[in-house]
Amino acid sequence: MESEVNSIDAQSRPAPEAEPDISAIVLEQADRLFHEHVTPAVQADADRSVWPTDLWRAVEEAGLTLALVPEHAGGFGLPPDDALRVIRRSAWAAAPIPLAETMVAAGLWSLTGGDVPEGSLTLGPVNQADAITAERRAGGWRLDGRVRRIPWGSAAGNVLLHAVSTDGEPLVALVPSDTLDWASRRNLADEPRDRLSLSGLDVRWDAVHPAPAACRDGFLPLGALIRSQQMVGALERALDHALLHAGERRQFGRSLSKFQAVQHMLAEAAGHFAAATAAADLAAAEWSAAGGLEAGAEAVAELAFPIAVAKARTGEAAGIVAAIVHQVHGAMGFTQEHPLHYSTRRLWSWRDEFGGESHWQAEIGRLVCSRGGAALWERLAT
Amino acid sequence: MQGFRFNPTALPPEAEAARTRVRRFLAGELEAGTYAPHRSSWTTFDAGFSRRAGAAGLIGMTLPTRYGGQEQSDLARFVVTAELLAAGAPCFAHWVADRQSAPQILRHGSERARREILPPIARGECFFGIGMSEPDAGSDLAAVRTRAVRTDGGWLVTGSKIWTSNAHRVHYLIALVRTGDAGENRHGGLTQVIVDLSKPGVTVRPILNMAGHHEFNEVFFSDYLVPDDMVLGAEGQGWEIVTSELAFERSGPDRFLSDYPLLVELIDRVGPTPDARQAVEIGRLIAHLAPLMRMSRSVAGLLHQGQSPEVEAALVKDVGTAFEREVPEVARRLVPVEAEMDSGDDDAADRFADALAHTVLDAPAYTLRGGTREVMRGVIARGLGLR
Ligand SMILES: Cc1cc2nc3c(=O)[nH]c(=O)nc-3n(C[C@H](O)[C@H](O)[C@H](O)COP(=O)(O)OP(=O)(O)OC[C@H]3O[C@@H](n4cnc5c(N)ncnc54)[C@H](O)[C@@H]3O)c2cc1C
Repeated sequence: MESEVNSIDAQSRPAPEAEPDISAIVLEQADRLFHEHVTPAVQADADRSVWPTDLWRAVEEAGLTLALVPEHAGGFGLPPDDALRVIRRSAWAAAPIPLAETMVAAGLWSLTGGDVPEGSLTLGPVNQADAITAERRAGGWRLDGRVRRIPWGSAAGNVLLHAVSTDGEPLVALVPSDTLDWASRRNLADEPRDRLSLSGLDVRWDAVHPAPAACRDGFLPLGALIRSQQMVGALERALDHALLHAGERRQFGRSLSKFQAVQHMLAEAAGHFAAATAAADLAAAEWSAAGGLEAGAEAVAELAFPIAVAKARTGEAAGIVAAIVHQVHGAMGFTQEHPLHYSTRRLWSWRDEFGGESHWQAEIGRLVCSRGGAALWERLAT
Repeated sequence: MQGFRFNPTALPPEAEAARTRVRRFLAGELEAGTYAPHRSSWTTFDAGFSRRAGAAGLIGMTLPTRYGGQEQSDLARFVVTAELLAAGAPCFAHWVADRQSAPQILRHGSERARREILPPIARGECFFGIGMSEPDAGSDLAAVRTRAVRTDGGWLVTGSKIWTSNAHRVHYLIALVRTGDAGENRHGGLTQVIVDLSKPGVTVRPILNMAGHHEFNEVFFSDYLVPDDMVLGAEGQGWEIVTSELAFERSGPDRFLSDYPLLVELIDRVGPTPDARQAVEIGRLIAHLAPLMRMSRSVAGLLHQGQSPEVEAALVKDVGTAFEREVPEVARRLVPVEAEMDSGDDDAADRFADALAHTVLDAPAYTLRGGTREVMRGVIARGLGLR
């Protein structure tokens, strides 16, 4: 039942009927893997900073971490929109791992010609206020800066850092996280969001590459893209919980689902979910059509609009749907015991990360106003 | 979650060709000054405009060529309607016929009905209204009481309809009437019939809306004769047919672009350098609109495959009309202005005030006509398995 919505795109692709649908197979495999390994114990442990070793090993063995690394570079080479579907499924499962961050960081590093190391990856800075400077030194670079809220931070194996050289060139550097100075922080879902201080960190020249077009100006758009996909997965799971609860819980001699007030709350939530899914689909489709991480500078500029729409719309839906599903669950949903919070705490965190709604809404608003009312239609119509 | 079928739907090449055609047509109309976009919408009735749109091949496009159509896909029609809406074109004369009556007649009508009615619809010369609501049957449509009783070669209809938009200026209605017992599920005994408003036995009385316009009506039937070949589908099949008609009625871009011209005026009124709040609020509206376009296009794809996506249509209408109703509220928050009827079109300020005035008075209907928000939520809840 739960895989229905996200596999929709896969079903409707004009796939020739006889061919096996690779993406459906991968998604099914991913679902099975998450089902087996994202147990209540794993989730509870992750909230206390216990790394889910078995889950991560299974994800790596299935090749999912290398989904965005091309086959010729030793990766899995999934079509970019399929990789995003896997990310949605992992978020449906509330898998407490940096799968999305690893996929993106691995894809970017491989794109610059770098060898992707084993283990988990993450990336930063993740907001506009933070920046890293890189100064050329004999044999390498010296990095400086303070970066807040790096996803998974010290828990990840390596960090892909975005830096700007003293002469303005955007760079990426891959640095083992155990060589770094971290302060531990967590988001509302108890996911690590560590603070990094770099004061004159020297890295070898071959650990630093020119930034590809996809992250020339930083990781904000890519981060917003993956968080919007994750939010669709978490929204779906939150609604699944609520529908189940409304059917099972009885009051006044009937199940909650028979009360019109409850029906209308859930119908409203379903509308936000459907719209958020369409927004995330839009971004996924355009990103994939543009070549995913390999998109050139011009395509990256064009992708600003659909990514902003996706993050703004999924973020808005996150707040509304989370409020509704908690209302439907009553006190039970307010407990640690009930798993609803694994989805809703993520929604409340993810909507703020890599730019909240107002950040992306303002991006859209400025873009649209600068072009004038008559030009808007062209962007919407096609 | 039970899946909603909002599949990504690519536009076929013919849809892009249709886009070129409709844009050329609209450019001509605007150049000739036949209508003022900030003061009109798809619920503006202009028979001349519709005739010209028909001549330009923009009506009944999905019909077979033998009935005057072009056998184009519902996606080409989707593109044409979206373009007309975005341009604020005055489409009400042909809108109902093009959106739902023609597809209904094609699927369920007699050969005579198809031959006589579909070609003039496609030419933009034959207009339709919807005869569903009655004084005691609003949201509860199954409660219709207008009766049809058997007579030689047809049915005699007696009763009344209400809120019938354009009944005073269209040629036909499709009416839902009672031909038998409702049965236990209340959906039995209903039949859809085509009513020719030029024939005796039917009279139309105006009801002015709150803006003072004569748009909807009461319609009275007294032994009005419906010949057998003006019945849609089989006797008693009315509920089933009306349900599929509502998927056409509820899922189109007219459920979220009704006040698009106001959004355009708002952007121009704010200008190229919005302040932070203006940028955020305008950006939010557009983040709502873009996914709606995608959802509605998906439903057009399902309709094209001959499916009847009742729940998806209700989702588009619920989410879409909620958006439409927000546009004037956001607009007046961002640009403090006193809305003014017919303030003229000399400059952006006048156009904005005018568009705002018309939209504020129009907006309450968005979440009523075609089924209320609450009825949509009921349909969605059923789709979620809650009822
Ligand atoms: C501008 C305009 C044009 C129209 N044109 C046409 C037309 O051309 N042809 C036609 O047939 N009809 C037309 N209608 C009628 C329209 O379809 C009805 O207004 C609509 O179906 C609601 O019916 P009602 O007005 O009787 O309201 P009611 O059904 O009396 O509803 C009043 C309120 O109660 C709520 N309500 C009712 N039942 C329930 C329930 N079970 N649960 C929860 N809430 C409920 C409704 O949602 C609404 O908020 C038009 C309406 C408007 C406003």
